[in-house]
Amino acid sequence: MPINVKFELNGKQVEVQTEKDQTLLWVLRTQLSLTGTKYGCGEGLCGSCTVLMNDQAVRSCGIFMEDVAGSRVITIEGLAKDDQLHPVQQAFVENDALQCGYCTPGMIMNAVDLLNNNPEPTRQEIIEGMEDNLCRCGAHTRIIKAIESASKAMKGEPQP
Amino acid sequence: MKPDQINKYYFDDVNEIPGKIDRRDFIKNLGGGIIIVFSLSQLGFLTGCKTSNGNESSDFNAFLRVKEDGRVDCYSGKIEMGQGINTSLAQVLADELEVELDKVNMIMGDTALVPHDNGTWGSMTTRFHDPLIRAAAAEAREVLKLLASEKLEIPVNQLVAKEGIIFDKSDSDKKVTYAELSKGKKIVQTISEKPKLKQPGEFNIVGKSYNRMDGVQKVTGKALYSADIQLPGMLYAKILRPPAHDSKLLSVDISAAEAVNGVQIKREDDFIVVLHEHPEIAEKAVQAIKAEWEVPASKADNETIFEHILKTATEGNVRHEGGNIENGKKESELLFEHEYHDGYKAHASMEPHAATAILENGKLTMWASTQTPFGTRREVSELLDMPLEKVHVKQIFLGGGFGGKIYNQQANEVARIAKMVEGTPVQLMWSRQEEFMYDRFKPAAVVKINSGISKDGTIKFFDFNTYCAGARGTELFYGVPNHKTTTLDKNGVHPFFTGAWRAPGNPTNTFARESQIDIMAHSIGMDPLEFRLKNMSDNRAVRSLKLAAEKFGWKDWKPEKGKGRGIAVGTDAGTLVTIIVEVRVNSDSGEVKVVRAVVGQDMGQVINPQGTAIQAEGCVNMGLGYTLSEDVEFDWGEVKTNSFGNYDLPLFSTIPEIIESHSVDAVDEPPQGGGEPAIISVGGAVANAVFDACGARVFRMPITRERVLAALKKG
Ligand code: FES
Ligand code: FES
Repeated sequence: MPINVKFELNGKQVEVQTEKDQTLLWVLRTQLSLTGTKYGCGEGLCGSCTVLMNDQAVRSCGIFMEDVAGSRVITIEGLAKDDQLHPVQQAFVENDALQCGYCTPGMIMNAVDLLNNNPEPTRQEIIEGMEDNLCRCGAHTRIIKAIESASKAMKGEPQP
Repeated sequence: MKPDQINKYYFDDVNEIPGKIDRRDFIKNLGGGIIIVFSLSQLGFLTGCKTSNGNESSDFNAFLRVKEDGRVDCYSGKIEMGQGINTSLAQVLADELEVELDKVNMIMGDTALVPHDNGTWGSMTTRFHDPLIRAAAAEAREVLKLLASEKLEIPVNQLVAKEGIIFDKSDSDKKVTYAELSKGKKIVQTISEKPKLKQPGEFNIVGKSYNRMDGVQKVTGKALYSADIQLPGMLYAKILRPPAHDSKLLSVDISAAEAVNGVQIKREDDFIVVLHEHPEIAEKAVQAIKAEWEVPASKADNETIFEHILKTATEGNVRHEGGNIENGKKESELLFEHEYHDGYKAHASMEPHAATAILENGKLTMWASTQTPFGTRREVSELLDMPLEKVHVKQIFLGGGFGGKIYNQQANEVARIAKMVEGTPVQLMWSRQEEFMYDRFKPAAVVKINSGISKDGTIKFFDFNTYCAGARGTELFYGVPNHKTTTLDKNGVHPFFTGAWRAPGNPTNTFARESQIDIMAHSIGMDPLEFRLKNMSDNRAVRSLKLAAEKFGWKDWKPEKGKGRGIAVGTDAGTLVTIIVEVRVNSDSGEVKVVRAVVGQDMGQVINPQGTAIQAEGCVNMGLGYTLSEDVEFDWGEVKTNSFGNYDLPLFSTIPEIIESHSVDAVDEPPQGGGEPAIISVGGAVANAVFDACGARVFRMPITRERVLAALKKG
């Protein structure tokens, strides 16, 4: 039985009709045309599909639509405000913290959550916070640097 | 936001290109400006630029266009998969043409827009593609100068070009911009035999670091990969898969899948496809199919494969030879005989293979994650029996390739499906499990080495036999009077597909050779750096080794319990690369942690030092996977590795805290490959460092805890 799900997506109210066991990842990518959120494994093991749901980084491949109702979701497309990149996005660009870029949206969303909860993380805390996000290109080294510099740019102030 | 409102077609001007591509049509459609055209047959003066299939390139060879607004479009058959060539190629062009870097727009890998190219692999772009683009850019600059000379009535040799402006050397007020010169014109120029290229010392943009040109697109989610294309009315496809390679379908019952609302099922023999407007429903429906398969009997698994290889890979081929091995044995005072093993490794790009396609009005349009768009076009046109020019493979970003995306199985599958549902767009994205199943793994391999030295540390002979790893990286840069390199292989050795994995075979060959070198050095108590330098005959190898050793601080390094350092030197794609690592080994758990890696490369002229450093970091980080943790598990055709849960990629916690990348200063030398070389020396360096740290000599990669502990026990 299809259900209607209303929720806030990147600051706007949306409503979609889906099967209740469809996942947020694929509804975003298909019905909502937001393809920045990537499929990497579909089983919660890579982090490519990370989005913010009620200010928490979640793996959208494991979130069923019935649980999305009434929530607030931010995807990579909703992070920049009026064409102004979020400090974490900016830091990824400036530090060249990406290669193929496929893991990047998930990395950034996870890093935003990390910095929101811990605005001035140590290197070790960054490693622990990012540990379960996979990158095949080996961009890890610069991702850590980017998160460090984003933390400085945000001066310890969490950003939505 | 409905799918049909966005992303209709990726590059809009593509639609204007007529089906049959020839130079006249192409140029007619291109709009105004100054267009530099290559005829590939002219390129004799540039090595390595020929195409393997002259027919395919037709007459369609435009390389760059200075547009009427002064911006420059560059057409290249290469693709961007993370290696950063859309930046480094633009740098080469901008420098030679004298425009600002951000004026350059790279149009890559679109079979209707760019000249034929054999694919992006083998670290060939910088070596063989740069010269083409430089030549075209130099030609364009000279054309612009001629035009400026006419317009300003100043002799050409009085004129200087800079940042898109041409001015009088002695009076910079007398000037004209590229935009003004191109405006309202359509000049088509063939490249001259010997375009006037810049000399070392004249570069402004080449040799400097720039951030990636695609960074903003990639951090905002706007960069489109082949499964990000959405077409109105598109269906998502899932294919029924067997449990193991080479299985035979005995019986199938699709009734449960058919019962799913909105599903379409198509079948051609064993090729059974489920289509639905929601990918997850298609997935569920395909899972509901009941199929019985006959699975071939097992001949080996991931433990017994090495024995199997030695028994079956029997077709030998001597690749290099010098002196006489028997004489070498007689001259040696110490003899060494060892066997090295390396398992299958997956490419495991974060983006699985994907493709989107539509067949309509006799024309197939496809977006495919492929390193070989022209190869894809050819395969698909043969498969569907369509003329080449009726197949159009479009430009797209790739979410990693590493040699895994040159086989195009998914593109062929999607083409078949597009034909089954002609007129309806379809998308196929492999699941992670399919990705492991159909990956063309780096082959498992065995290397057997016999060697001997005199007591003063001179290598007397080196007999290198590599099974299934091929010859890449086996050129000996040690001066050994008696040496022989034999590759052994045979069709059908492996239970499944194998293929090119970043610097194919080279990591295995380099691991084996550099381990053997280390063993010989330690046997006489000689410092492994000194031993290598004593025996090295190749200058560039010496340069790379010395550079890395100096930057690592080899001389002043202090040993400590549990800490070790190791060197490996290798050669790949024209580049010589040394890696020196420092590791910590926990002798109780066997855990190996690489804390620091120093890369020293001799790669000729460096186009983008930062891009080079990033590739080196990526190689070290990725290389730690094959070295320490990655191993495909299987029982013959049944690939048991099916998820990131049982295939351990490098993680934030396992990469080294420090990676330093250094290149030998060689601006006068042609640029060499950079995307692959640094990965080859990771395994050998770590193996040697593990031995240095705790005395465990591990002969098999990955160097797991268990293997370290077992080697320690053996002593
Ligand atoms: S796709 Fe969701 S964690 Fe991998
Ligand atoms: S940048 Fe390619 S997977 Fe991370």
